[in-house]
Amino acid sequence: MRVFTTTRRRPKGISRHVLPDGASGIPMILLVPAAAGLAFLVLPLTALVVRAPWPALATRLAQPHVLAALRLSLWTSSLATVGCVLMGVPLAWMLARVAFRGRRLVRAVVTVPLVLPPVVGGVALLLALGRDGLVGTWLEAIFGVTPPFTTTAVVLAEAFVALPFLVISVESALRSCGPRLEEAATTLGASRWTVFRHVTLPLVAPGIALGAVLCWARALGEFGATVTFAGNLPGRTQTMPLAVALALETDPEAAIALSLVLLVASVAILACLRGRWVAAA
Amino acid sequence: MMDAHLVAEHARFRLDVRIRVAPGQVVALLGPNGAGKTTALRVIAGLTPPSGGHILVDGAAVHARPAEQRPIGMVFRDHLLFPHMNVLDNVAFGPWCRGASRAEARRAAAIWLQDLGLGEHRRRRPAELSCEQAQRAALARSLAVRPRVLLLDEPLDALDAQARLTMRTALGDHLSGFGGAAILVTHDPLDAMALAERLIVIEDGVLVQEGTPSEVARHPRTGYIARFAGLNLYRGRARGHEVSVEGPPAGRVTGGPLTFSVAENLSGPVFLAFPPSAVALCPIRPEGRPRNTWQGTVEGLERQGGHVRVRLDGPITAAADLMPAAAAELGLSLGQKVWASVRTTETHAYAAPAGGCEDRDAPYGGGPR
Repeated sequence: MRVFTTTRRRPKGISRHVLPDGASGIPMILLVPAAAGLAFLVLPLTALVVRAPWPALATRLAQPHVLAALRLSLWTSSLATVGCVLMGVPLAWMLARVAFRGRRLVRAVVTVPLVLPPVVGGVALLLALGRDGLVGTWLEAIFGVTPPFTTTAVVLAEAFVALPFLVISVESALRSCGPRLEEAATTLGASRWTVFRHVTLPLVAPGIALGAVLCWARALGEFGATVTFAGNLPGRTQTMPLAVALALETDPEAAIALSLVLLVASVAILACLRGRWVAAA
Repeated sequence: MMDAHLVAEHARFRLDVRIRVAPGQVVALLGPNGAGKTTALRVIAGLTPPSGGHILVDGAAVHARPAEQRPIGMVFRDHLLFPHMNVLDNVAFGPWCRGASRAEARRAAAIWLQDLGLGEHRRRRPAELSCEQAQRAALARSLAVRPRVLLLDEPLDALDAQARLTMRTALGDHLSGFGGAAILVTHDPLDAMALAERLIVIEDGVLVQEGTPSEVARHPRTGYIARFAGLNLYRGRARGHEVSVEGPPAGRVTGGPLTFSVAENLSGPVFLAFPPSAVALCPIRPEGRPRNTWQGTVEGLERQGGHVRVRLDGPITAAADLMPAAAAELGLSLGQKVWASVRTTETHAYAAPAGGCEDRDAPYGGGPR
């Protein structure tokens, strides 16, 4: 009750003065867990920054295997993102604009990798594309390729776990802009492809960008599916997260340095999201 | 020339109307909310699949073509300009889609914008335009593809009073110069009267009345049309120059059927209509006037333009328009009982179909709101 009377008396600046007012107005039963939650999130990150080997950071990061892992991570997660955009935007469009039978089922299937433990995703990819896999047998027989434990496998594993992020974000952008502008374009003589290319795509561009950023971030951090499906081969399949895990056992300082790089990447993504893309979407 | 038989069905709603519009003619499509007006336009435009019927434009069947291949333009209530293009490119979009080069399309668009008084706004984004300018640009955009049929879905309804006035004039100018058939959906009697040569009224998906604005306004056939035309309308039974109007169903009746004297000599089921301005109110029963008189309760009072609109409940619901001075003299308040009377010379009776649209009409008529 106190909270309401306080807000009513001081309608201005309420958001800025929550904490000072909180001492008198916000129930302790909410305030304490809220503060604990915040501390729980901030503390580990602070520890990472505090314990980072700052003087030796440059030399740590300049080591060839670290640079190789960094390069591989950037390269594979970017490729995975491109693949996700190329497949995910049409998929999102189908889900948002075409009323086909089993659409809800398709949507559920698309979201599965989101909740699936990544290791399971890796196992599933092995069973599909591995040497004895459903499709893998054919791939080897016809093209002579076996994806597992190659750089291609890294990209595939990352795309598998990251695709739902793109589809969900683009689908919600498509839903929120609705079909009416597209209908207006149709009455002007635009074919479905022209509508998609010149009306739909520009309108959902912010949603695609947001989805791509989320997708890239997810791909960059991918561990479980990658280690299962692509292994941990330095220079070929050892991405940053894998390198961190390995370094933690042999060279903790290197692990901290690598983690710091990933943290910086995450903060950069966050800055990206807080910028115009999120506002526009 | 457009000749269409529009049939569309979705959950618990069926649209089934025939609409014919001559070239150069503007038809207003009217009806209460949910009557199927917008559905009708969408079926013509090809945005909603029909479940039957046909659409002929200049003799050619277009109902089997996809929307983008129909010679039909549409203006929407909320302009629906593409927010990522400037005004010029919005207008050039149609001609470009229909095969013109980008340069040709922009040249044509510039002429249309000039025509609609938006010449200097061509580089602006839709978000930088006023509602009225945006609606003008939308009109230019739909005219730029030179459609044979122009559909206007409440084009003035999102505008404020002043913008509405200027946009109505602009629309009138361009519709009179437009060689094709035009269908205007509106809720505003004034828009319909000012812009359309013919009115088509649909209710619950079927056509209930069709005619020139003056015909429809004088002889409304449903409560909706009467309210639209600003008339009190009742169903009654005529015997010579007398019409008896049944009150509402038992329980609310405060006397027998009301009897009205009318100028027309009719028999059988009729509609009885009179304008709110013909109703006089009086605190006591007028002397020696048993007919055209009833006692009612003041249900609503509101200022409308230069007069006061009084809504009356009682044996019949009715609207009365009083001069402010007269209203002040009566000291009207909600719930007050007053005597209402109508001059015989201003009541108007005309034959009604027996039974027929009974279920569609308010059973005992009613007044404009």
